[in-house]
Amino acid sequence: MPHIEFRGVSHAYGERRVLEGIDLELTQQRIGVVGANGSGKSTLARMVNGLVVPTDGTVLVDGLDTGKQGAAIRRRVGFVFPDPEAQIVMPTVAEDVEFSLRRTDLTQPQKSERVREVLERFSLGDHHDHPAHQLSSGQKQLLALASILVTEPAILVCDEPTTLLDLRHSRKVTQLLESLDQQVLLVTHHLDLLAGWERVVVIDEGRVVADGAAAEAISFYRRLMGA
Amino acid sequence: MLTGTYVPGRSLVHRATPGLKLVLLAVFLVPISIWQTPLLAGVSAAVVLVGFAVARIPLRYLLAELKPLRWFLAVLVPYQWWALGLEAALQLLVGLVISVAAASLVTLSTRVSDLLDTVQRGLQPLRRLGVDPDKVALTVSLALRAIPVVRDLLHQTLEARRARGLERSPRALATPLVIRTVRHAERVGEALAARGYDD
Amino acid sequence: MASTHTSTPSAPARASAGLTARDLALIAAFTALMVALFPVKLAVAGPTPIVLQNLALMLAGAVLGAKRGFYAALLFVLLAVVGLPVLASGVRGLAVFTSPSVGFVVAYPLVAWVIGRLVELRAPRVSTWWVIVACLVGGILVSYALGVPGMAWRSPKLTLATAATYSLQFIPGDLVKAVIAGVVAAGVHRAVPGLLPAPRPRRTPTSA
Repeated sequence: MPHIEFRGVSHAYGERRVLEGIDLELTQQRIGVVGANGSGKSTLARMVNGLVVPTDGTVLVDGLDTGKQGAAIRRRVGFVFPDPEAQIVMPTVAEDVEFSLRRTDLTQPQKSERVREVLERFSLGDHHDHPAHQLSSGQKQLLALASILVTEPAILVCDEPTTLLDLRHSRKVTQLLESLDQQVLLVTHHLDLLAGWERVVVIDEGRVVADGAAAEAISFYRRLMGA
Repeated sequence: MLTGTYVPGRSLVHRATPGLKLVLLAVFLVPISIWQTPLLAGVSAAVVLVGFAVARIPLRYLLAELKPLRWFLAVLVPYQWWALGLEAALQLLVGLVISVAAASLVTLSTRVSDLLDTVQRGLQPLRRLGVDPDKVALTVSLALRAIPVVRDLLHQTLEARRARGLERSPRALATPLVIRTVRHAERVGEALAARGYDD
Repeated sequence: MASTHTSTPSAPARASAGLTARDLALIAAFTALMVALFPVKLAVAGPTPIVLQNLALMLAGAVLGAKRGFYAALLFVLLAVVGLPVLASGVRGLAVFTSPSVGFVVAYPLVAWVIGRLVELRAPRVSTWWVIVACLVGGILVSYALGVPGMAWRSPKLTLATAATYSLQFIPGDLVKAVIAGVVAAGVHRAVPGLLPAPRPRRTPTSA
């Protein structure tokens, strides 16, 4: 498994401090991150992909510094956002997946083949040339996942990928995430999605307040939220 | 999805490269824009009509393309007649109709994607001036993708405005719509960055 | 929603020169805004309904600044020229260049640039009245300076004076739009700070 390491990480947006003294070593295949709105968990997720570079401390992915080797990091770490509408950048389904392959050495026929394969795998094979905006929101999130996974990243970071989905599509996306060979870091509000995950980290007010097996961490979080 | 005005066909006009059609159009428009003699107008009109015949594009498509001119002509042709006489008024009418018709022939017989490809190829020599044709192509795609999204945002905003009883306030429409558009664009930018676009 | 990271420039965006992914997305979104707004008309007293499309043009300059506003308007003109039905007037395809409104359409990028440049002068604290002034200069002065001769050029028999008289009917609508653009753009800059390029040292050259 890849190795994600936070070393003394703190972060502030201007005056607003969002993360404080984070030290974590993440080597499990299935890692959940939970926390209230504004707890800093989304910032933490963005640091793994180098989208946010910490104001203090370092984040290392397989020994690469996300602040200095951003390009290499982003080839290794795929990122899925909550809103697939914003994540799909091309007008049609196949074009969006192929956009991810633009900087590979593959020939055009090889690219088309890869695109076809991945769309088939995500049950979007019948929508190859459809305009992306005609998909349902669940299908859009599947397309967003397909476009990220077609490059075969070693790590997949998902920031609330099911927030905007109905229950049925939410389950489908989760099942898909569970079936992946990749290391997955899932940031979510839906605690039941994390049942059976190897490790869950609870973030509150910018700090790690619980870290361990899913069951304990989740029950700690429920107490923390007063539920 | 937005569609262009393309009328499918396999005629000589359809098969000519977009670049050639653009050059021919530019050359065609020069004399009619400078000298507006009745003879030249007649010849030019004949050329355009032959073009439509060869392309086998029904004239109702042409009429649809000429429709936007109607308000302009409805006001100005009578005015020209009154101010400068019938001949001047007819020249205004004929000159505009012919040039718009000629331009429409090219547009109607060429796919939007082919024209965009031609534009992108045309930009290649401008690389030296710092123009990046790949960036242009990406931004065109982003815009085509963003049109239905912004349209959805517009409808959501119109509904929210109605719910608050502010139907007639342009500000209650435009401010939230623009803010939503900006927020959406920033999320798209972030998603592109996450896919390594800025690396 | 998770939180509001979106308005914070991200790390890779800083690294690349020229237009970043964020810039391209903003340009594309405002081109789309111009396209999406064209069927919306404001019912007002008077013979000509107000078309919102050039309100979106003013906003592109006033919200995005000169450079990105210019590209958003240029891309919009490109979409019209390649044949997409995006112009409120109904003209599309290459007929854009041969129709009487050619000057107004060709002026779009320049209009957005001038408005953006003027607004940037007061960045980051942009007042409503200053945006209105910018929109009057760009959206009316610059727009008609190219639009009216364009109209006259499309027919040698149409004098500048005739073209100008004909255009007068659109001025009241444009005045209203400049005011709306001022109120809206100032509001947007308050809600989403950091949109305009920060005032920077002169020596930094801008490139496409």
